[in-house]
Amino acid sequence: MIEIRGLEKYFGTLQVLKGIDLTVPKGEVLSIVGASGSGKSTLLYCINALEEIQAGSVSVDGTDVHAKSTDINALRQKLGMVFQQWNSFPHLTALENVALSPRIVKGKTKAEARDIAATRLEHVGLGDKLNVYPNALSGGQQQRLAIARALAMEPEYMLFDEATSALDPELVGEVLDTMRLLAEEGMTMICVTHEMSFARDVSDRVAFFHQGVIEEINTPDKIFGAPKSEHLQKFLANVR
Amino acid sequence: MEPTISFFSGLQISDIWYLIEAAWRTVMISALAISIGTVLGVIFGWILYEGRWAAALTLGPFLDVFRSVPLIIQLVLFYNFAPIIGLNLDPFFSGVVILAIYCASLVANVARGGMEAVSKSMRRAARSLGMSYWQDLRYVVLPIGGRAVFPSWVGVALGVMKDSALVSVLGYIELLKASQILITRTQEPLLILTIAGAFYFALSYPISRYAASIEKRWAS
Ligand SMILES: Nc1ncnc2c1ncn2[C@@H]1O[C@H](COP(=O)(O)OP(=O)(O)OP(=O)(O)O)[C@@H](O)[C@H]1O
Ligand SMILES: [Mg+2]
Repeated sequence: MIEIRGLEKYFGTLQVLKGIDLTVPKGEVLSIVGASGSGKSTLLYCINALEEIQAGSVSVDGTDVHAKSTDINALRQKLGMVFQQWNSFPHLTALENVALSPRIVKGKTKAEARDIAATRLEHVGLGDKLNVYPNALSGGQQQRLAIARALAMEPEYMLFDEATSALDPELVGEVLDTMRLLAEEGMTMICVTHEMSFARDVSDRVAFFHQGVIEEINTPDKIFGAPKSEHLQKFLANVR
Repeated sequence: MEPTISFFSGLQISDIWYLIEAAWRTVMISALAISIGTVLGVIFGWILYEGRWAAALTLGPFLDVFRSVPLIIQLVLFYNFAPIIGLNLDPFFSGVVILAIYCASLVANVARGGMEAVSKSMRRAARSLGMSYWQDLRYVVLPIGGRAVFPSWVGVALGVMKDSALVSVLGYIELLKASQILITRTQEPLLILTIAGAFYFALSYPISRYAASIEKRWAS
């Protein structure tokens, strides 16, 4: 379970998160929608401590993410993350991209790491691309590679930050399908997304972000069918 | 009358060996200076890149000095003043020290550029996989940034090798100094400088070819 209490985040004097309370139980798929600049990415970064926080707390399975005593490198293995930019390691083949962290972070042997990597790449439909370098892969394939790379650490949670926003429209589907597959397999997911159909069809809940607060959070039916907040109504009118 | 005859005499086979030995000394001093300078330069570049300590404030100007003062002045000053602070270094080691620092001051900028070439997002991706700060540097920043600036580094290394000729002012008999000695004896400056130039070319060319082939392999 991910528990966020009273989270506040500043960049200098700019307050980006203004007191976020959010609990994500195991197995839930939560989509986060909202206008650009409302703090969605920043929230994800605060969950796995890629950004420091100024007030409040984030805990993952009872461990305080931002406590000095927390072994953050160990904790991050529980929290897979996929970014808008694919960030494939260009000097490594697809297999090596995925095998790297199991080997150096988890201390697996080379052979074990390669097995894990091959399995994960198979899982995201890249079983025939093991020995290909990222520059020979399409954007959609590189994003699936990034998903496989995160999965290879056997995370219990996956954080997606607009995983499809940088893709050509015709490549969005394959990545969404992979995310859908993970959701069906029971992965706990927090997905920042601009894909309203994904948010509606796949998520258990949808959170609407507005200027650093969660203005509305509910089931997709309620969020899309009966939005209460005026901002959300405006937002939905614009994205439709 | 005998001595004068052998004083000015034509180029002999043994002279070629003399030049080869001298070329070897050029290689020695360059290789040592470039190795030490590269290691130091990467560390300096990292400090400049992280830039959060007072070290960065003092290091920048310090490196600027070594980059901008002509090498020959640095060499002569260091060689003559080092004994005053109790460092009695022979010309070879004086040369290595100054060439290495000079090389480091150039590599520092190259290395910082390499680190800047790796996007913040890429590094966050590495950290999000559980890599430590050092693992991220070793397995992500070094290979990606290193490849981005490898051509610049080769340029620096070849430059330092050519500049190592300046150590001759301290009396270290490397390729250039050996050529001068032979010129004085044979009075054949054009021939000998051509041969010396060919030696420098023979040292650099394989390195640039090899570097080019590595770059090509990475690009594919
Ligand atoms: N490193 C940073 N330094 C200063 N300001 C930042 C930094 N990162 C983000 N911000 C600011 O914080 C605010 C929230 O940014 P964030 O990236 O979380 O928004 P977002 O909801 O993810 O938007 P988008 O949909 O465009 O990705 C923005 O105003 C942004 O300019
Ligand atoms: Mg964002």
